[in-house]
Amino acid sequence: MKAAARRRLALGFLLGPAYGWLALTVLLPLAAMFYFSFLTVAPVGGRIAEPTLRHYAAFFDKGFYQTLTWRSLKLGFDVTVLCILLGFPAALALAKYVSGRWREALFLLVVLPFWSNALVRTFSWTTVLRDDGFLDRAIRVLWPDAEPLGLLFSYPAIVIGLVHAYLPYMILTCYISLQAIDDSLIEAARSLGASSLQLFLRVVVPLSLPGILGGVLLIFVPVIGSFMEPRILGGRTGIMLGTVIEDQFTAVFNWPLGAALSFIMLGIVLVIFALATPLLRRRLSGI
Amino acid sequence: MISRRAALGAAAALTFGALLSATPASAEGELHVLNWQGYGTDEAWALEKFEAATGIKVVHDYFTSEQEMLTKLRTSPGAYDVVLINSTYTQQAIAEGLIQPIDTAAVSHFGDLIPAMRDSEYLNADGKTYGVAWVWGMTGIAYNRDAVTPAPDSVEALWDPAYAGKVSLRDDAVEVVSFAAIATGQDMNHPKDLAAIRTKLLALKPQVKTFWASEDEWNKYFAANQFVLAAYWSGSAARSATNSGLPVGFYIPKEGGIGWFDGLSVAAGAPNPDGAAKFIDFMIDPDFYVEWATKVGAPASANLKANALLPEGDMGKAIHTDEAAIARLTYMAPLTDEERQSYQDLWAEVKTELAQ
Repeated sequence: MKAAARRRLALGFLLGPAYGWLALTVLLPLAAMFYFSFLTVAPVGGRIAEPTLRHYAAFFDKGFYQTLTWRSLKLGFDVTVLCILLGFPAALALAKYVSGRWREALFLLVVLPFWSNALVRTFSWTTVLRDDGFLDRAIRVLWPDAEPLGLLFSYPAIVIGLVHAYLPYMILTCYISLQAIDDSLIEAARSLGASSLQLFLRVVVPLSLPGILGGVLLIFVPVIGSFMEPRILGGRTGIMLGTVIEDQFTAVFNWPLGAALSFIMLGIVLVIFALATPLLRRRLSGI
Repeated sequence: MISRRAALGAAAALTFGALLSATPASAEGELHVLNWQGYGTDEAWALEKFEAATGIKVVHDYFTSEQEMLTKLRTSPGAYDVVLINSTYTQQAIAEGLIQPIDTAAVSHFGDLIPAMRDSEYLNADGKTYGVAWVWGMTGIAYNRDAVTPAPDSVEALWDPAYAGKVSLRDDAVEVVSFAAIATGQDMNHPKDLAAIRTKLLALKPQVKTFWASEDEWNKYFAANQFVLAAYWSGSAARSATNSGLPVGFYIPKEGGIGWFDGLSVAAGAPNPDGAAKFIDFMIDPDFYVEWATKVGAPASANLKANALLPEGDMGKAIHTDEAAIARLTYMAPLTDEERQSYQDLWAEVKTELAQ
């Protein structure tokens, strides 16, 4: 009895601060925004607000919101897939084939993007990608007659900037689950006659799935709401649902519409993950 | 009773003030100014000069949006003397009783102001002046003098196939709707035919390379030759040419251009209305303006004599003294929330199409 009570107290001490902080900083503002999304106007500066559903209706009335949602989801998908393709092999190498000093040095390079300001990082991409920028010049060293790539202000430029920003998440989450794979399992598979491909597909990938999923969650959700990278790197192709939500807050002072669009986006993300869960659970339990 | 208490309070304040500072000048008191930060009125050298001349110490408070400025006036009556209000918000401030009429006889340079702004319906009501026109600017089209020849004079240059993929616009719904309204021959502020505007903006698809958000961004992309023709602000065009040495040309299209101006107003219940009139007079004085414009960089002055005193060869002077161009301006008008939202939705829809 006493031990159980002490255990509970200890749990409270350990978890309390973190969850209290989260409740205060995440749930309260979110709750306020959720409330605003059902009002005609933001109730600040003495304005009278009335309840309404018109901001949610606007999403369905105006076709371009659906186009934008699709664009944002596609961006999230493209960036996440690229992060897996680039990040997983790197994590595998770090976890299984590199050790000691080299691993530390390589890790440092992985987290380097976190050390620079996101805005500065994005603007520095404009000097790399623009016509006659660093990239074009580098290519012309090899092929003097090469045409400019014209990457800046295009959809690929947005993807490049976002992959750069989010790749470390994928490498770190994959690394953690890959490192936890017991080498004796790999040896057992080999001794039972598994080819390298079978070993990879039937042992390594299933066992590291939690890490990949963690990375997907950490990347997909913020990328579909991103607005800064699309705005700066995308040029004419830079409009996403995230930039339109930002405009509601900064350009027209329409917090309710911005909030409603955000919650629709959140709803879509939840539906996607809810649909994916049964499939994944089967995969995870089938190991 | 109340007046006696007020008198006692004032006496106490005076005694206290005298105790705090030994200089007799402080007897003239303080003046509270509400403005954007770094927008002229808070230049330290100017405030020293003003205090030396009048004995009035100027204290600043700042806002970061027009909504915040209105909120501050609503919630703190009597806290401010002078407030900067963009002309599109002055009528709203009058209607809410946030500002009071100004005795223009006490503002010695009032007669030198550009009449179109000084007597504007935005700054005046019932024959009284509620805002003194202070600074202004125009939004027109800037171009690369090396790449765009001959110099264009029409708004249609933005749609000219010769500059396909070489055009930039500011990512601002009200501004692009205004340009499209000018191009389709409509009232820039309250266009009737939004469908025509939508069609006109959609036709920009092959033209637009990117959108810009700040002067700094504009300069970078212009210098990197990402665009050769773009919507731009008059004062910024002068700065880009003079300070950054870029080959920038600027014109107000023959079909019309966008004008804006800021006024200085006196808050309702201002504790120091006489000081406020003196400060406003000081702010529209050519002496202050020329120093501000040449030392720091400033928008155009609403005082004709002040602009004329700028050094010869100053590009800002050339742009801002072009009377024919000024005559083509339509000044930005107050917009309702509904109008703002409908322009925003239209622009979002058009941008979605441009991105496909």
